[in-house]
Amino acid sequence: MDVILFLVFAIIAVLAAINVVVQTHPIASAVSLIGVMGSLAVLYLLLGAEFIAAAQVIVYAGAVMVLFVFVIMLLNAGAEVRKGRSFMASLLGAPVLIALLALLAWFVERIYPESVGVHFGGFTGGGPDAIGRALFTTYLLPFEITSILVLIAILGAVVLARKEID
Amino acid sequence: MQLWLIPLLPLAGFTVNGLFGRRFSKGVVNAVAVGSVVLSFAWVLKTLIALGVLNTAYSEHYFTWIQSDAFSVGCDMSVDRLTAIMLLIVTGIGSLIHIYSIGYMAHEGGYYRFFAYMNLFMFFMLVLVLASNYLLLFVGWEGVGLCSYLLIGFYFDKKFATDAGNKAFIVNRIGDFGFSLAMFYMVRQFGTLDFGTVFSKAPAAPESALTIIGLLLLLGAAGKSAQIPLYVWLPDAMAGPTPVSALIHAATMVTAGVYMTARSFAIYTHAPVAMEAIAVIGIATAFFAATIGMAQNDIKKVFAYSTVSQLGYMFLGVGVGACSAGIYHLMTHAFFKALLFLGSGSVIHALSGEQDMRQMGGLRGKIPWTCWTMFCASLAISGFPFTSGFLSKDAILLAANHHAPWMYWVGTITAGMTAFYVFRAFFMTFFGDYRGREHHPHESPRVMLVPLVILAVLSLAGGYLFKIPEFLGTIFPTLEMPEDFGLMAIASGAGLLGILLAYVMYVARPGIPDAIASSLRGLYTLVYNKYFVDEIYDAAVVKPVVGGSRLLLWKGMDAGIIDGMVNGVGARAKSIGGALRLLQSGNARSYATWVAFGGVLVIVALGVAEGVTR
Amino acid sequence: MTQVPASWFLTLSAVLFVLGVAGFIFRRSIITMFMSIELMLNAVNLSFVTFSYQLKQVDGHLFVFFVMVVAAAEAAVGLAIILTVFKNRATLNIDEINSMKN
Repeated sequence: MDVILFLVFAIIAVLAAINVVVQTHPIASAVSLIGVMGSLAVLYLLLGAEFIAAAQVIVYAGAVMVLFVFVIMLLNAGAEVRKGRSFMASLLGAPVLIALLALLAWFVERIYPESVGVHFGGFTGGGPDAIGRALFTTYLLPFEITSILVLIAILGAVVLARKEID
Repeated sequence: MQLWLIPLLPLAGFTVNGLFGRRFSKGVVNAVAVGSVVLSFAWVLKTLIALGVLNTAYSEHYFTWIQSDAFSVGCDMSVDRLTAIMLLIVTGIGSLIHIYSIGYMAHEGGYYRFFAYMNLFMFFMLVLVLASNYLLLFVGWEGVGLCSYLLIGFYFDKKFATDAGNKAFIVNRIGDFGFSLAMFYMVRQFGTLDFGTVFSKAPAAPESALTIIGLLLLLGAAGKSAQIPLYVWLPDAMAGPTPVSALIHAATMVTAGVYMTARSFAIYTHAPVAMEAIAVIGIATAFFAATIGMAQNDIKKVFAYSTVSQLGYMFLGVGVGACSAGIYHLMTHAFFKALLFLGSGSVIHALSGEQDMRQMGGLRGKIPWTCWTMFCASLAISGFPFTSGFLSKDAILLAANHHAPWMYWVGTITAGMTAFYVFRAFFMTFFGDYRGREHHPHESPRVMLVPLVILAVLSLAGGYLFKIPEFLGTIFPTLEMPEDFGLMAIASGAGLLGILLAYVMYVARPGIPDAIASSLRGLYTLVYNKYFVDEIYDAAVVKPVVGGSRLLLWKGMDAGIIDGMVNGVGARAKSIGGALRLLQSGNARSYATWVAFGGVLVIVALGVAEGVTR
Repeated sequence: MTQVPASWFLTLSAVLFVLGVAGFIFRRSIITMFMSIELMLNAVNLSFVTFSYQLKQVDGHLFVFFVMVVAAAEAAVGLAIILTVFKNRATLNIDEINSMKN
């Protein structure tokens, strides 16, 4: 049962990811990316990461991707025009990617041949209370720093995107 | 006894005049410069009187200069009889020439500079004479070379003067090179440079080592004392002011080589080959230079070649084992050669700068004091019987005959030539009709004439007043030679013949010289142009060295390799930068590709590392 | 088999990551490149959670939490920058924004 769940959503994720890369119009890519994120949320649930799954849907898919869509529409970005070229990318691009994939896969197989089996309920420490506890005890400093980071990001975005005052 | 005061007084004069002389009046400069030398002379007298008989050397040690393991060199000064003679000559004649210079340089520019350099020279010369080890002597040696350069090039706005200064310094350098090598060998052989130690160890050393040291020292002496093959700088050195020629290139600096050779007598006695070399070079130089001197027309050049020739005599004396005779001639030569130069300076001063004898003549009525003092000097140098020059030259010639008769005969012929060219100069200058353009030749001021008179008296009588060979008998072994009146007569006769010939050719029948010159055109041209030695040196040595230096060392090494390395680093960085610049394409996608590529490499590297360790 | 081996999750993560890199290298529109970056971040998140499951610790989740926060902040600022660039250059083609050339 879990296996089927995994396979289905994994394949959806991969296809959506391929779609992100392949589509010419940004809106199509954005929607595909939302699809990827959704699938990943389900996979997180499988891994017992309830809070993270919820955060993924609410923050990532619900806020960040919406922001992307807003900007795409603001800029009225159309289908991509294939102008310009990068010598390096065309030369090295494909081989590097294949090599990267092969390496990563090989490492995964080598390091984790006998890995743990994942099933629903296998990990129960991913709830909000566990996350909250760790956040405010062990990871207090990163928490505060990221708060400031978000503040700076807000300020930066406001400054960068406003109209020039004539 | 405060020996250090002797050289230090002139040094103080140099410092004061050098630093402040520009602001002093001529009187103050005179007082400082001349006063320091005269005081030094007075101190020498006081010291020598206090030291008395001086059967053994008296030394003072001031401080240790170099200390390195077993090798040490101290700043030591010592006085023995040889040093005493040299001190008296240097300070005495030095004082007279300084007094003379007051008058001679009165109208020249750079007044204080001249006296500052002269004082510096006196300092170095006195250090040279007082030194009791080879290294301190070398300090003085180099220092007098430097002062010679400064004073020859005194008229630094004239190219021929600065060229002459360069030539003197560079040729001296070659000699100094030999001296340095000799010192190195000495340290290797004896482990010290101190006179006493070296001379006591010399008899036990292998003859080959002593010969090498002796020959190298001879090279140094040949440079400083203008012997073959390094004499070429001395005639050109006449570009300097005449007092300089008198002091440095007649009486003191050029005799440093003779002094050093005589001082090293203990080495040479046990190295007969080297000593023979000294004698041969001496006699050859004497003869060679005398021939050139006969054809020169510049009055100072005649005396310059004469100096070279007389130095050859001194070397001959040392080389045949008669060191005392050599030093004796050094002393008498200092008297009459200084007088000849100062007198010619007086003539030049009277004629407002004319030096060519063909423009002179008939001056004996106009500048009588100069004329008759120079006459005394000319008699002395010709070996006229009973002058001091006669005594010293005879001592050398007799010793030469004792050693190898051919040297005596060559020496006698040279004596005849000496008499000839000196009196040729004398007659051309003071007899006959005045051929020049200056309308009022005037006698020199008293400050210039008094030294001339003193030197004239010394030239005639100095040989009797100071009987050097007996005086130096404690240091140098005297050769047992019978007084051979026959040989003495022949030598004197040669001198008289020379005088007579000069009289005939230049006073009685003035047309003869030109007739001889035109009939012996080739020989005359050869001799007049000093056998083209300078030209030969230039073509054979100077041009190849300069050319090779320019090509190999300058263009090849300096500009090519060294600059090339430095610039090459820059060029290398530039080319690497140029290659790396291509990475900066401004294209974000190629950057990303490179990042991914780098990431792959890192992963591979990590995997390999892990695989190796596992 | 009712359990999914964790290595499958990791392999999925690797595939998604490589797809993200491919998108970044081969696409010319800036916005699409940005989305590829988000894809890469998501892939990494997945592997973090997987490891957290494997080690039975919650710290992996915390990492993901922070990654998300930072990704959000980055998206905000990055899109603002894209807006500015678009205002200046009137193009979204990365190959034309090459004033850093040479």
